[in-house]
Amino acid sequence: METEILHHTRASFQDHLPVLVILVPFLAAPLMVLLGSRRLSWPIAFGASVAAFGIAILLLAKVIDGTEISYHIGGWAPPLGIEYRVDAANAFVLLLVTGIAAIVLPYARESIKTEVPVRHHTLFYALFLLCLTGLLGVVVTGDAFNVFVFLEISSLSTYVLIAQGSYRDKRALTAAYDYLIMGTIGATFFVIGLGLLYMATGTLNMADIAERIADQGGNRTVRAAFAFIVVGVGLKVAIYPLHLWLPNAYTYAPSAVTVFLAATATKVAVYVLLRFMFSIFQPAFLFEVNTLEFIILPFAVLAMFAASFIAIFQNDFKRMLAYSSIAQIGYILLGIGLLSEAGLTAAIVHLFNHGITKAALFMGVGIYVLRSGGSFLDDIQGLGRVMPLTSAAVVIGGLSLIGVPGTAGFISKWVLVQAALEKGWWPVALMIVASSLLAVIYVWRVIETLYTKPPASDVIAGEAPLSMLVPLWIMAIACVWFGLDTDLTIGASQTAAQGLLSGSAGMR
Amino acid sequence: MRHHLILRVVTKFLVGTIMLYAFYVQFHGDFSPGGGFQAGVIMAVAFILYGVVFSLEQVQRVFPPWIVHKLAALGVLVYGVTGLYSLLTGFNYLDYTALSPHHPEHGQHYGILLVELGVGITVTGVMVAIYYAFAARNPIISDEEW
Repeated sequence: METEILHHTRASFQDHLPVLVILVPFLAAPLMVLLGSRRLSWPIAFGASVAAFGIAILLLAKVIDGTEISYHIGGWAPPLGIEYRVDAANAFVLLLVTGIAAIVLPYARESIKTEVPVRHHTLFYALFLLCLTGLLGVVVTGDAFNVFVFLEISSLSTYVLIAQGSYRDKRALTAAYDYLIMGTIGATFFVIGLGLLYMATGTLNMADIAERIADQGGNRTVRAAFAFIVVGVGLKVAIYPLHLWLPNAYTYAPSAVTVFLAATATKVAVYVLLRFMFSIFQPAFLFEVNTLEFIILPFAVLAMFAASFIAIFQNDFKRMLAYSSIAQIGYILLGIGLLSEAGLTAAIVHLFNHGITKAALFMGVGIYVLRSGGSFLDDIQGLGRVMPLTSAAVVIGGLSLIGVPGTAGFISKWVLVQAALEKGWWPVALMIVASSLLAVIYVWRVIETLYTKPPASDVIAGEAPLSMLVPLWIMAIACVWFGLDTDLTIGASQTAAQGLLSGSAGMR
Repeated sequence: MRHHLILRVVTKFLVGTIMLYAFYVQFHGDFSPGGGFQAGVIMAVAFILYGVVFSLEQVQRVFPPWIVHKLAALGVLVYGVTGLYSLLTGFNYLDYTALSPHHPEHGQHYGILLVELGVGITVTGVMVAIYYAFAARNPIISDEEW
């Protein structure tokens, strides 16, 4: 055969950003295992996640004005090849996930020394990076089946990471096992949905699926696919009746893992839900509108109240926060359920703001666990005086969780209430405010225990190590920063919401 | 298994053959059914069979667990670095054309061979690791530990 010279323009570093953001943590993980050095594992993990964070910033800067980047893996053009596609919606989630990873790792270093045996540290960091890879992959890919593959990568590593908590409390094993079963059922439902979509459209590329659904309109196969995907992803999101894995998983996982999962894993799942609901299925798809209005919305409201109510009666601070997470996911789903641009903006803003708020709070819990050996209210009582810096940050996080003006939590609730009023749904707006009052109760319980009671006698006095305090305070300051300066969060969320609501056009 | 003379003799004879077959499936994968995953499983079977017949200690002397774990990671790296090479030479990630820019078709062959080699190494590692994990399982936790 004659030599055929392809005309090929060299792709530059800038062009490779969508794949590099995944590739850096993905290659660092096996490298760590191969080197097997305990001393090198943390620097490699930290370096990789900081690099990913840098790449995510570059990506967001490129797409914030509404442009889209498409990257063809292996040079195969979509819809046949796998495509990575970055727009404002996923660049924003990428920023959150990589940012949290880069901040959690310095924190994890001290935290896992007491919670995970030393011989597992290298593997722990490798799994952490794999989990990060999976989450980033889910966000960045434009191929529906690829979402499933990355979802499994992140889920499988998550199960093991949660089980690492078993050295502190054996119940971590059953928590991880529960999550394994539930997560696998979720993944199975998700992949059944994908199979049905493939049957109906004959393609796996998201933009292509959207186009073909638009052409052929809804039919029973597409509706079944939608139902399976919503339930499957709903398990990962922890939508109210599907949330049962979450409290135990968050409570018994090592502190650093809880911080990372609470701030990223459910958020990424929400992103998947958004992507499928708005980019693949048309927002005008009647079945979807009905699902949102009559299933998602009532459960979202129920979650806001029921989970907050349960949180009030928890005696374990960490568990209380886990239930509060379920309630907060209710707010995000409520925003989605409003089915308007303002509602969607609110959902995406809250996704980010709740991520940083919960990260701050769980970091605080981790420090208490390190110093007093437990996260029960009995263990942490009086620590407000022994550990003023940590507790001050926890209070800021708590205020942001309630939604006090000047904190990130206020912004997202404000936007959400506005979105509800825009639709003329007064009762919903009132319920948002009412459920925030429930948050006041459980946050106050913690503040009261921290500051008004005397510390337990056997407490190891002293502030947390600096490597944990700095990440905690970065998150606490972020809670205030994003409560005052909303340009980045609301701006990016609006662009993302517009992109998503323009339907499949957003993916084309 | 000391008394099962026939089993031991047949196993000794089979182990080499199985390995050879694994290599055949591995490197003939682009022309006939097979590839990295199948080859990796077959390769692992050779070790598992040896372990089942001759005991875990024997097979772990030949194939220590730490090597098994490293292999699992090495395979992923082989795969990833193949992609990285095409990325560094100015092509898209995993665009095998980069391996032979003037004969893209050859590039595809080299690329798939390398990538499947990575898959094979990892699958061998993981399969043997799973066998070790089950076979070397610690006794059930005693009552006091609960």
